[in-house]
Amino acid sequence: MFIINCPYCGERDQTEFSSGGEAHIVRPKQPTELSDDEWAEFLFMRKNIKGIQFERWNHSHGCRKWFNVVRDTSNDKIHAVYKMGEKPPVNK
Amino acid sequence: MKNKYSIFSLIKNAFSSHENWQRAWRDPEPKKEYDAIIVGGGGHGLATAYYLAKKHKMTNIAVVEKGWIGGGNTGRNTTIIRSNYLWDASAGLYDHALKIWESLSQELNYNVMFSQRGVMNLAHNLQDVRDLKRRTHANRLNGIDAVWLNTDEVKKFCPIINTSPDIRYPVLGGTLQKRAGTARHDAVAWGYARGADQLGVDIIQNCEVKGIKRDGDQVIGIETSKGYIKSKKIGVVAAGHSSVIANMAGLKLPLESKPLQALVSEPVKPIIDTVVMSNAVHAYVSQSDKGELVIGAGTDSYISYTQKGSHNIVEETLRAILELYPIFSRMKMLRQWGGIVDICPDASPIISKTQVKGLYFNCGWGTGGFKATPGSGDLFAHTIANDEPHKLNAAFNINRFVSGDLVDEHGAAAVAH
Repeated sequence: MFIINCPYCGERDQTEFSSGGEAHIVRPKQPTELSDDEWAEFLFMRKNIKGIQFERWNHSHGCRKWFNVVRDTSNDKIHAVYKMGEKPPVNK
Repeated sequence: MKNKYSIFSLIKNAFSSHENWQRAWRDPEPKKEYDAIIVGGGGHGLATAYYLAKKHKMTNIAVVEKGWIGGGNTGRNTTIIRSNYLWDASAGLYDHALKIWESLSQELNYNVMFSQRGVMNLAHNLQDVRDLKRRTHANRLNGIDAVWLNTDEVKKFCPIINTSPDIRYPVLGGTLQKRAGTARHDAVAWGYARGADQLGVDIIQNCEVKGIKRDGDQVIGIETSKGYIKSKKIGVVAAGHSSVIANMAGLKLPLESKPLQALVSEPVKPIIDTVVMSNAVHAYVSQSDKGELVIGAGTDSYISYTQKGSHNIVEETLRAILELYPIFSRMKMLRQWGGIVDICPDASPIISKTQVKGLYFNCGWGTGGFKATPGSGDLFAHTIANDEPHKLNAAFNINRFVSGDLVDEHGAAAVAH
């Protein structure tokens, strides 16, 4: 349980948000040309990092906008929040 | 078996005020090399080592554990054991485990306090009723005991449940597996540890894995906080930390790790003599031998390794408990904790070889791994010893995420995972 600083609404309780999992997984440009292995990699395989993780969140009970969060999954401390399309503020 | 526990050893030790019991397993330093190493000293890992030694005669093996044995999810679950899964592959896997549970105390000469008090799953809406009835039929076709109970029969089986039609999620019926029940989770870890140790397995605690060493496609050893240990067969059973170990070997797994919570109340006199699970409102209750209510809550919705969990999850569970069991309204909760569970996209486990030769993973048990402990150990030992899966865990290979042949227990199992 923690507070997330929504880039559109400000600080709100985590329960207002939905986690979208690992961020910056690029959707394949040519889906028809992917092998089964590449599909599995895109759909299912995750880094599931213990430590600093880049992830997507949605303010589902607020403005309903998606954005990115840099969070340490070992202690739930949030290091940065940035909008979709923006460059990550810390080294990825 | 040396130091066999029996009524006679109990009486003999009573005469010396129980001060002369021998320690149940050694505390060895790691050797330079083993025929196989199991990473993770929880119930599943210790069971794997035990069956490797007992059934496959591999006795030059070690279990390495970063903390103390049974200190992870083995000691944090709500100890529920059942096998009433919908799909054939899951039914085969979990009932294999349940059959081993039925004679485990005798086999290990260690009382795991397996209690077949039955597990009842409640239905709260029309879809629940349809799904649970379907599952009852599927279970019977697979030779697993299951019966459907109507609301009156639910009330008769567990009188303290509020079956009034006026509550928010009324009880419309339920299923009952009578062979299901609970066991003492610590005893399972200790019993397997003692059994494995007596067969020559080195159990090395406070030994954290820092790296997995590969020579091309073959695994050759592990870097640990107690130095480098060589082995050409490494079985990883690290639950919530499986991805962390996989990343060390340059692999990615289809897992997300999340906190799952449980809590116990102050101890009271016997009031509930079975296990009642309710998927729709997410409330699981049983009573421990000490008298505490043992309550299982849900997972947090985000990846975290904090072993805590959020208050709103506990609140949701207790809200449901209070509506279903008004008699508990003034009970105090004693302790609350979290464990990190590794969840697969299809909510089924992985017991599998990997693309790295000699590296095996047993993970993805999500929120329901305790019940499978003996079966999981047995099948993982078979997979490691023969470099081939047993027919009961063949469907639980890691390649199913490439082939699309998922064992989709999400929404199909008796509870949400």
